[in-house]
Amino acid sequence: MELNVNLCGITLDNPIIPASGTFGYGYEFSEWYDINMLGSLSFKGTTAKPRFGNPTPRIAETPQGMLNSVGLQNPGVDAVISEELPRLRQCFHKPVMANISGFSLEEYVLVAEKLSQVPEIGWLEVNISCPNVHGGGMSFGTSPEMAASVTKAVRNVTKKPVIMKLSPNVTDIVAVARACEDAGADGVSLINTLMGMRLNLRTRKPVLRNVTGGLSGPAVFPVALRMVYQVSAALSIPVVGMGGVSSAEDVLEMMLCGASAVEVGCANLIDPYACKRIIEDLPQAMEAYGISSLSQIIGGAHHA
Amino acid sequence: MQKTELILQSQEALTSSVYRMRLTSRDPIAPLPGQFVNLALPGLFLRRPISVCDFDGHTLTLVYRCVGKGTAYMTQAPNGSRFDALVSLGHGYDLARIPDGAVLVGGGVGIPPLVYLARALHEAGKACTAVLGFRSREDVFLADTFAELGINTVLVTEDGSLGKKGFVTDALPDSIPYVCACGPEGMLRALLRCTPSPAQLSLEERMGCGFGACMGCSLETRDGPRRVCKEGPVFPREVLLWN
Repeated sequence: MELNVNLCGITLDNPIIPASGTFGYGYEFSEWYDINMLGSLSFKGTTAKPRFGNPTPRIAETPQGMLNSVGLQNPGVDAVISEELPRLRQCFHKPVMANISGFSLEEYVLVAEKLSQVPEIGWLEVNISCPNVHGGGMSFGTSPEMAASVTKAVRNVTKKPVIMKLSPNVTDIVAVARACEDAGADGVSLINTLMGMRLNLRTRKPVLRNVTGGLSGPAVFPVALRMVYQVSAALSIPVVGMGGVSSAEDVLEMMLCGASAVEVGCANLIDPYACKRIIEDLPQAMEAYGISSLSQIIGGAHHA
Repeated sequence: MQKTELILQSQEALTSSVYRMRLTSRDPIAPLPGQFVNLALPGLFLRRPISVCDFDGHTLTLVYRCVGKGTAYMTQAPNGSRFDALVSLGHGYDLARIPDGAVLVGGGVGIPPLVYLARALHEAGKACTAVLGFRSREDVFLADTFAELGINTVLVTEDGSLGKKGFVTDALPDSIPYVCACGPEGMLRALLRCTPSPAQLSLEERMGCGFGACMGCSLETRDGPRRVCKEGPVFPREVLLWN
């Protein structure tokens, strides 16, 4: 059974990458298991300055999923480099994916420049799709022109592969993905969360203090799969698929739809062992469906 | 932190909405006073965090109020039910810092974790007083458990139907060397206004994961953002920004 895949020139032992915002800076999960079994990990979205994020409550339950309105809580890029990444280095010995975010082109550039200096960072995953912040985040990912401008700006300041993380909250995700590819992206990852809300019937007010939040979990899996399928058909750069993935079978579906690697998000929050379980289940699931090499099935659903 | 399976041995209603579960664990567990468990329930996506009411080395006691779908499901669970559970979550009461003569202050479903704390203090040879607040006589629960531990227990009801009339802040002893409290945020804030004593407070927040991964339950403190589920739920008063 061959589980290894290649993502923008870097080989992963397996395609499983915990998604940003569901895995902290990695070391928290090494209390549960040896995280070196992961393909890689995408750490918590990092901005130039420390951010607390939105006021609480910022979690709400939904059918087969959850909403979050955390809003990019992080200690800021300097503390990430001086405190978080050294701790991660103690327990993870593979290239990591740096997830970066910003409220201006200058901020994306600044964070990308600083993180590009860190040797263990393999890829920059540029979040232009956070639905929980105002005046940044998703607004860069909702128009092809804005997405292209962020891609170009980051591309110019780093030699590391640039993966643009796309929002599903758009009319035409393929147009945004194409714009990123044309602007020099090495890959795209999708989907970030879908905007939603819940009401508390007792108070007749939104559960989330921020009113809206991002929906994740198995509820979004079919939407994510459809978007990965459409984007991978239109692009020639690698696609990282995510959105509601919670089993080895989900991983196979994502890869057949065109994902070169698969991020697992929400599943980590309800089961700290989710990624471990998925990786351990993969060989058996591959065998059940007559697959001997994962890299060979990427995009298989597109073939006639 | 540990993932295991909890097996329901017995359950009883303590009031019209408060229930006590006694459970055993598939694996050896060692929860500490102030920590919580996070239970997976069928058909519900997120786990339900419930504070540990007591643990005797074998049986885990949870006391919870039925407030929604998840807890309603729990009330109907038959004996022998198995719950996928994350246990020993969070940072509980720092026992070493609690001196002899501490006052334990609890309101409503904030009271259960104080039982295990009272037992631990008692076993450490430290005396304490419990001040327990309820709405009314029919809402009173666990008061007998404190009494059985030999702890001086002061009952307060808002309508005066049992014990002293008023709020827990109306029934505090004259001398308060130290406070350990759990209850609604309004009660905790009022308590801090009543006394300058050092205190450890157990807070509540809506959680995603319950083990520090999602940052859903963060709190701004003097030391920067802290997770209620990981660095908390128990915080020393000096880090809180409640003034």
